[in-house]
Amino acid sequence: MTQRSSLFTIGQPPGRRSYWLIGLGVFVLLGLAWYLSTASGLVPRLFLPAPADVLARMLSLAADGTLWADLKVSLYRIGVAFLISSAMSIVIGTLAGCYGFWKAASEPLVDFIRYMPVVAFVPLTILWAGTSDVQKFLIIWIGTFFQQVLMIMDAVKRVPPDFIGLGRTLGMRDPAILLRIVLPSALPGIWDALRISLGWAWTWLVLAELVAATSGLGYRITVSQRFFQTDTIIGYILLLGLLGLVTDQLMRAAERVLFRYNRRRR
Amino acid sequence: MATLEIRGLNKSFPHGREQRQVLRDIELTLHDNEFVSLVGTSGCGKSTLLSIAAGLEGFDSGQVLVDGEPIRGAGLDRGVVFQSYTLLPWLNARENIEFALKAAGRTRGECRRIADEHLQLVGLNDYAEAYPNELSGGMKQRVAIARALSYRPKILLMDEPFGALDAMTRHQMQELLTRIWEHHRLTVMFVTHDIEEAVYLSDRIVVMGRGPGHIKASFPVELGRPRHEEMATSTAFIALQRQVLKAIREDERQP
Ligand SMILES: Nc1ncnc2c1ncn2[C@@H]1O[C@H](COP(=O)(O)OP(=O)(O)OP(=O)(O)O)[C@@H](O)[C@H]1O
Ligand SMILES: [Mg+2]
Repeated sequence: MTQRSSLFTIGQPPGRRSYWLIGLGVFVLLGLAWYLSTASGLVPRLFLPAPADVLARMLSLAADGTLWADLKVSLYRIGVAFLISSAMSIVIGTLAGCYGFWKAASEPLVDFIRYMPVVAFVPLTILWAGTSDVQKFLIIWIGTFFQQVLMIMDAVKRVPPDFIGLGRTLGMRDPAILLRIVLPSALPGIWDALRISLGWAWTWLVLAELVAATSGLGYRITVSQRFFQTDTIIGYILLLGLLGLVTDQLMRAAERVLFRYNRRRR
Repeated sequence: MATLEIRGLNKSFPHGREQRQVLRDIELTLHDNEFVSLVGTSGCGKSTLLSIAAGLEGFDSGQVLVDGEPIRGAGLDRGVVFQSYTLLPWLNARENIEFALKAAGRTRGECRRIADEHLQLVGLNDYAEAYPNELSGGMKQRVAIARALSYRPKILLMDEPFGALDAMTRHQMQELLTRIWEHHRLTVMFVTHDIEEAVYLSDRIVVMGRGPGHIKASFPVELGRPRHEEMATSTAFIALQRQVLKAIREDERQP
């Protein structure tokens, strides 16, 4: 059999090395395009500052502490809101995935609210909670909780019925089956749901901070707009992307440790 | 003592707006230490009957008795081996067996000892720490059988436990199961599609028919014990295999 170039064959995953090389290559290429378009004067600096300017601005913001203060506030907001939303959705999603009552009680409601645009809640939350942290929590919660409930409910429903049958034949009561069979079995799916929804939570955080805040990463972006500081704006957007990527990778790393049993050792 | 009696059992499932009967007037008794195989065309209700006996599925009318007592749901007196291996993926082989023993109320020390004994029984002592994902299909089913035996249920119910295995592994598993059964002497209800397997393992073969599911014939297997592979080529073995096949085929000819 002849060896075909696997990179251009349908269904062939790229090798580890070529994956990273190509992936990085695209970044380098885009960075280069950015550099060239600004260095050549093709795009005015006001609209698109040079990479070096952005870097310099970010370094000076880091040096005077602004960056860290913004970061701390934003991390606190997303941390609290995400934990509350996740804790609630795990409880409600698991119950809804297991018991008919909870499914009937929550699924139609969640499905309904899920289709309401989160952005439309912003004015309301400002009226309720002003520009306080609670308003950020509310927006992040509205944006993630309802999605999480549905995804977690799905993960719980995917637990094989025979696992539950096994618990029954071992004489286990329903609460024991829920805690010792259903939850551990659904955990990889639940973790995945949390990882995906954390990505959305970042978006809702920045949205809340853009509209009504006196601190945070999103706030800094709005303020910079007033002073035409495009370098800060771009620097912060890139930073947000980086933060999303890092938290995602952290969750994936935790997944590999938590669910080691899914990998083959031999 | 462990007998399983099914008397005048009827079962229907909702089908659209109406009820569709899947089991009609089932009368079946498994005597103490008897190995009974259940065969029949696909969809005749074998799995349903086994689930009812396990207490995992309800029924419309009739009785299911274990040692003369009506069953109340599933319980530790009836072990079940499912076709899908149902090993819990987050527990290793030993822990999977210990899980059942703990549910059965054994102490920690006992759990460990009994689990190791049973891994030995199915020849997997070297794989005690392997996770299900690292085991082959046959190995997984061996752990599942070890688990079902470990807490000493009086009755063992198996629904095509070897259905997903390749022919070679299947043969090994049949050997293993007869060996274990001849040792432990349990009352067994064994659902299978494989008539040779049914003849090789059983004391009696019960043929079910369709429309709605009912018991059509029952064949005692008059082969000596212990069973061994050469028996499969004996005339008695092959003749019985033909008879059972014929009884199943009659069903297929009807529309
Ligand atoms: N949960 C259910 N709801 C509705 N109908 C069902 C359900 N389970 C089984 N049935 C129906 O009951 C009949 C018997 O099914 P069962 O699975 O017991 O057959 P079987 O003999 O085990 O078949 P196979 O040999 O293919 O495993 C089938 O017609 C099936 O469609
Ligand atoms: Mg079946």
